Amino acid sequence: MTIQSDEEASRLSTQPKPVGQTRRGDPLGPLRMGWRQLTSMRTALLLLFLLALASVPGGFLPQRRLNPLRVTQYIGTHQTLGPLMDRLYLFDVFSSPWFSAIYLLLFISLVGCLLPRTRLHLRAMRTKPPKVPRSVAKLPVSDRWETTQSTDEVMARAKASLRGWRLVRRDHELSAERGYLRETGNLVFHVSLVVLLIGIALGAFGGFKGTVLVVDGKGFSNTIASYDDLQPGRRFSPSSLVPFSVQLDAFEATYAPDGKALTFDAHVHWARLGGVSKAYDVRVNHPLVVGAAKTYLIGHGYAPHIVVRDSTGQVVDDRLVPCLPQTPEFLSTCVIKEPNTTGQQFGFRAFFTPTTITDAEGRVGSSFPGLKNPVLTLTAFVGDLGVDGGTPQSVYSLDTTAMKRVDTQAHALLPGQTYRLPGGASLTYVDTQQWATFQVTQDPGKIVALIAAVGMVGGLLLSLFVRRRRLWVRVGVAEGGPTTVEVGGLARTDAERFADEFAGIVTQMRTTTVRE
Amino acid sequence: MPNQALGQLGDALLFAAVVVYALAMLGFAGEQASRKARRAVTAVRAESKVLLGAGGPPVLVPEETVTVERPSRAGRFALALTLCGWFIHVTSLVIRGFAAHRVPWGNMYEFSSAAALVAVTFFLVLVARGTVERGLGAFVMLPVVLYLGLAASVLYTAAGPLVPALNSYWIKIHVAAAVTASGSFLLSGVVALLYLLRSRYDDRLADRQQPRFPVSLGAQLPPAAVLDRVSYSIIAFAFPVWTFAVIAGAIWAESAWGRYWGWDPKETWSFITWVLYAGYLHARATAGWKGRKAAWVAVAAAGALIIDYYVVNIFVVGLHSYA
Repeated sequence: MTIQSDEEASRLSTQPKPVGQTRRGDPLGPLRMGWRQLTSMRTALLLLFLLALASVPGGFLPQRRLNPLRVTQYIGTHQTLGPLMDRLYLFDVFSSPWFSAIYLLLFISLVGCLLPRTRLHLRAMRTKPPKVPRSVAKLPVSDRWETTQSTDEVMARAKASLRGWRLVRRDHELSAERGYLRETGNLVFHVSLVVLLIGIALGAFGGFKGTVLVVDGKGFSNTIASYDDLQPGRRFSPSSLVPFSVQLDAFEATYAPDGKALTFDAHVHWARLGGVSKAYDVRVNHPLVVGAAKTYLIGHGYAPHIVVRDSTGQVVDDRLVPCLPQTPEFLSTCVIKEPNTTGQQFGFRAFFTPTTITDAEGRVGSSFPGLKNPVLTLTAFVGDLGVDGGTPQSVYSLDTTAMKRVDTQAHALLPGQTYRLPGGASLTYVDTQQWATFQVTQDPGKIVALIAAVGMVGGLLLSLFVRRRRLWVRVGVAEGGPTTVEVGGLARTDAERFADEFAGIVTQMRTTTVRE
Repeated sequence: MPNQALGQLGDALLFAAVVVYALAMLGFAGEQASRKARRAVTAVRAESKVLLGAGGPPVLVPEETVTVERPSRAGRFALALTLCGWFIHVTSLVIRGFAAHRVPWGNMYEFSSAAALVAVTFFLVLVARGTVERGLGAFVMLPVVLYLGLAASVLYTAAGPLVPALNSYWIKIHVAAAVTASGSFLLSGVVALLYLLRSRYDDRLADRQQPRFPVSLGAQLPPAAVLDRVSYSIIAFAFPVWTFAVIAGAIWAESAWGRYWGWDPKETWSFITWVLYAGYLHARATAGWKGRKAAWVAVAAAGALIIDYYVVNIFVVGLHSYA
């Protein structure tokens, strides 16, 4: 028995043969050529490498969709190169025209390759295994022996040894083939890629993502107006928003002694429009699911409870101020604006430190993310906040151009303490609550993408592990002499394993044949 | 609370495994060296064989598997050491799991250890099945020892609980698949490099040139066709596993972060790795790309995997920058 090169075995492929030049005078000639070029394996391979290469900047540079702040910082520190890189979409790689061009061409090339291959495969599934080649001995694996049995007996033995193979007998010859699922799997995998792209597109067009920050005791409803940040798809309609509301009862985090976070829990009550309110625990990896909408816990922080009184002692503000964490130990910053204290407007830049430490130079810091020794450190400004002009302002920034500092030093408050301001007004730091950020998403393409993913893995397994192979038997009957049996086989992949399988089949055929 | 004493036992065992692997590597190298002396005699015969094969279709029959030499004691001892190291390695991971009360692949230190274990397991399976000679061990154990050394020194983390983002049953599925695929891919990368070395060595011989170091190491290697096939079969195994790992990661991301794909740096590099391995599988079946070019693709893909692991976890800011 011999094993030859697998060059020969590649004949088993259903891959279309490369076609030569186009006919002369064909007006569509150049178009045909272009199409052939695009759908050729070489081009597909090139596009595949281009796709990988094009993703590289997206893997190293900050991306606007993930972290707009870091993009601004990057452009700020790279004054000359930054704007140029921005113009080349290097901070929006995955929505850039060049990235889209590559993957669209790749998918066109894929479809162009898939259609003829599917047609060929469907045809191959219907056709019978091909006739026995003229010279069985020249096949990559072959064997030959003599027996006293009749052709029918040999054929019966052969058929018994070839269970699971597709068989066709032509007089003294038997053709067998199996492993059609390899190409089926291959096609399923590639079709699934197209389906995946459709799923992604469905989500990008009809989906929606909204983010909202909620302090303890407050809530939000799933409406456009509730969200601090909204990313709707291009074809998103607000009427598809699932009507429900969520109220944050309390946010709770626990930490290991070294400051590593152990658990995050947002205890909420939620209700559908007009429905009964139910308790739920939104955690990381444990979103709240209401119909097609999923609510995730994506961030948290501290919200000092403050009460502001004017000179007459009347409460003009009583609320929780969300402070944004700047360090893993939750040194947080926030801004407090008080435009309604009679006669004067106050603004504060605040540091909140849950477990406060003070260094040698008197700077405050936080040494632990949990609430052990909270301090609210305020720098007060008096003057014009600029909020009356009607231009929208961020609640996290304070414009002090028309203001002056109240004290030369920052003022530290412990819970319960009050900061007396000039003119008789005061700010009291009552206690500390927390806030949580929720993200609500609706993605109509998710299920499609999941089905595609299953198809990809299934198809891949079939196409990599099913082996397509053919086997032929020819029985030669000489007048008065013994019957000669010739067996040969051909496998496209894994020639070694096929050689073993072939030897096994031959042994089975021979032993059962000899026993008579 | 994690059991620190048990955790330290696990660390000590991993260290022992690295030492045993290093000794095994020396054993394999010793066997190679003693064989090299004998092989010099048959060099002329080998050369004529290569010339016969040149230009024709790739010859699938391993040219030098006909080992008439008596089995080397150093080699057998090295294989026994590898097996021994493997057992110690497995034990260290199991103990680590008990110490931390969770699956032992929750941070980079543990991930590296588990991935190296996959690579060694794969190598042992290949040797047991007779696909490769154990002599390849010298080339395989070197990166394994370096990789584990890096894990135990730079990436070391004491046994502890997981950060909340990782606290999900998906860590068992997604990370286990990622570990299996990574360990296998890294091994295939090593084999692809060895293939490139060996095929260059064959070229030199065909040109009747005396190969110089490091190309001369090719004499110690299995035939190029064998290396090519081994590298392919490892990738054919690992690619669906990696595909599954990425998909499981996407499903997990959907339940943890609210979207199944967001081009986070880790996702981006996993995608690049995936695309390059897909490219390798296609390249190997495309005329003009077979052989060396395809092997370079496999090496580039392993490079992307290394970036995905080390660079993204340590230097790039993203959702995976923990541990």
